[in-house]
Amino acid sequence: MNKIVKRKARSLFLGTLALIMLITGCSQPGNESNGSASGSPEGSATANAEQDSKMGTGGSAIGFIFVGTKDDYGYNQAAYLGSVAVEKAYPDMKVLRAENVPETAEAERVMEQMIKDGAKIIFPTSYGHLEPALNVAKRHPDVVFFHQGGLKTANNVGTYFGTIWEPVYLAGIAAGKMSKTGKLGYIVSVPIPQVLLNVNAFTLGARSVNPEATTSVVFTGSWCDPGQQANATNSLIDSGIDVLSLHQDCMKTVIETAERRDVMTVGYHADASSLAPNGWITGSLWNWPDLFVDMVKTAQEGGFKGSKYDGKYRGTLADNVVQMGSFGAKVPADVVQFVEDKKAELLGGTLKPFIGPVKDQSGTVRIAEGETPTVEALEGSDYLVEGVIGSIPK
Amino acid sequence: MIADILTGAIRSGTSVMLASQGELVSERAGVINLGTEGSMLAGALGGFAVTVWTGNPWLGALAGGLCGLLIASIHAFLVLSCGANQLATGLTIMFFGMGVTAFFGRDFVSQQIVGFNPVALPGLSDIPFIGPILFNHDPLTYLSILLVPLLWYVIFRTRVGIMLRTAGEREEVLFASGVNPKLVRYLAVLAGGFLAGIGGAQLSIAYTHSWVENMTAGRGVVAVALVIFASWKPARAMLGAYLFGAAQALQLTVQQQGLAISPFFLFMVPYLLTLLALLIVERRKKSQTPEALGRVFAGEAGG
Repeated sequence: MNKIVKRKARSLFLGTLALIMLITGCSQPGNESNGSASGSPEGSATANAEQDSKMGTGGSAIGFIFVGTKDDYGYNQAAYLGSVAVEKAYPDMKVLRAENVPETAEAERVMEQMIKDGAKIIFPTSYGHLEPALNVAKRHPDVVFFHQGGLKTANNVGTYFGTIWEPVYLAGIAAGKMSKTGKLGYIVSVPIPQVLLNVNAFTLGARSVNPEATTSVVFTGSWCDPGQQANATNSLIDSGIDVLSLHQDCMKTVIETAERRDVMTVGYHADASSLAPNGWITGSLWNWPDLFVDMVKTAQEGGFKGSKYDGKYRGTLADNVVQMGSFGAKVPADVVQFVEDKKAELLGGTLKPFIGPVKDQSGTVRIAEGETPTVEALEGSDYLVEGVIGSIPK
Repeated sequence: MIADILTGAIRSGTSVMLASQGELVSERAGVINLGTEGSMLAGALGGFAVTVWTGNPWLGALAGGLCGLLIASIHAFLVLSCGANQLATGLTIMFFGMGVTAFFGRDFVSQQIVGFNPVALPGLSDIPFIGPILFNHDPLTYLSILLVPLLWYVIFRTRVGIMLRTAGEREEVLFASGVNPKLVRYLAVLAGGFLAGIGGAQLSIAYTHSWVENMTAGRGVVAVALVIFASWKPARAMLGAYLFGAAQALQLTVQQQGLAISPFFLFMVPYLLTLLALLIVERRKKSQTPEALGRVFAGEAGG
């Protein structure tokens, strides 16, 4: 083969390769567009009020961006179901969705494109989409952003989340009742407060019915690495746990692996009972549909500013924004009844999962006797409660 | 506890081990393939997809191997026919594999399969200590263990093995004896991709029963490093892969002991061990590197 032919073959090949890569890259609606930078960031008070009432109105589309895939049996699936409800409630609006959007400047490009396509309301649904959303929000003061789970807000950015630790606590009670060994396992990702809070709630729930119960916690360092999840699941089961829960974005590997090894599971984010017909106990779910529809309605009517959604909104079990999952077929009726009773007490305000005294692993009292911590305090959890085995990465 | 770690070593080391054996074959013929990660990913997705469609994990494993081979064929073509730089091409193919599998894999994320399950070998699995460690695995793991002596035999005791090794050491000798070194290298790279693909398939259809974007998470790269650690010997590549698996199992066991060692430090341990092993081996075994490894081929032998 002479050099020229070689070169031709190579460029043909590299061209094809580049083409394929291009197609792959185009799978996300994120073509470059800088959008229009807002002309005057500072206006007079009346101009601001006028701007506020127009905020989120008059769009022809609503945008949703997800960090993973819509059917991950987890976090993204829950948010996706919310977007479906919006689609149904607003048949005249286009619903734009982008999956697998990384938590980088790429997210900004996706949002800019959505705005170009007519979106005046955007839902960035991942924790890491907050900074990109704040940047885009500055450039587009007429667009309303509803961010999921964040701690920062802006004039046109509100964040919402839910007190998911309430159903996690109830699921912990169910786990404590179902466990024969009293040894529970929890597979988590990284030590952020939400994660520690859930491990604590689960453990407190289990120990409220079985004071000897322990929760072995294992960090995988990732939100969704099936290989690492399988390692962690097997390792925990080998150590003798008989109920396993998790705080990961994807649940499939953990729940299926536990099911194959005859270990019971408590799910998170979305209902995965179909993955474990034998071992499923219950789970904690996000119920976004009604909330998303209400948020869209509020923004579309120009009422975002001053509504409960323009700052930090936290839905609760009572609001039905967070829910308990279905009970597995193998859970006895008396256990179901017991947990339902506890749920009624929690809704009635007579049961408070984190009422003091709550001690951490070293025995130090973190919540004083009789004290009920605020949502802010709980969302800043930086310790693991007594009964948790494992340490927080420093 | 030791038994648990050793069992975990085989469970999480098998996919790496298969990819490592494949890379070993390729390197014995003189071609480094950093695209092994891409082959593994293609194998994981292809294996999973075919298992979804046919309900037969054996067909899935075969398809996984073929997908790995397909990705490796790109490497072989660019490196052997176009004379492209081996390292740069391999890296590009790794990223290409990530992109292309993420694209085609979107619809498979939530699919359920009936994949391979652990099969306790009757009698053998009852042997105390050794039984549960060695004889309660999925069929691909058993096959991967059998593969190691087979590969050793082929490489060191057959005519094919001599041709393979000569391609990696003295291509002109091979050429003089009437064999086209390029053909040998082509076959070796393809065989390597096939094994890496099966390694990926083991991860998706036997170990996790799931497909998720970029699920190999660097295992293919570790497999390449292990070949050097193994001084291009199959049994040592197996040992290295299981050592990597053991380090992963150990880090999880340590976490459950409640010791105050940061899991983030522990996550490093498998890679740290790999690096350390490389360092030690590199100082002692330099002479064992196939002489033609990584060279850009030119001249009549390559023609």
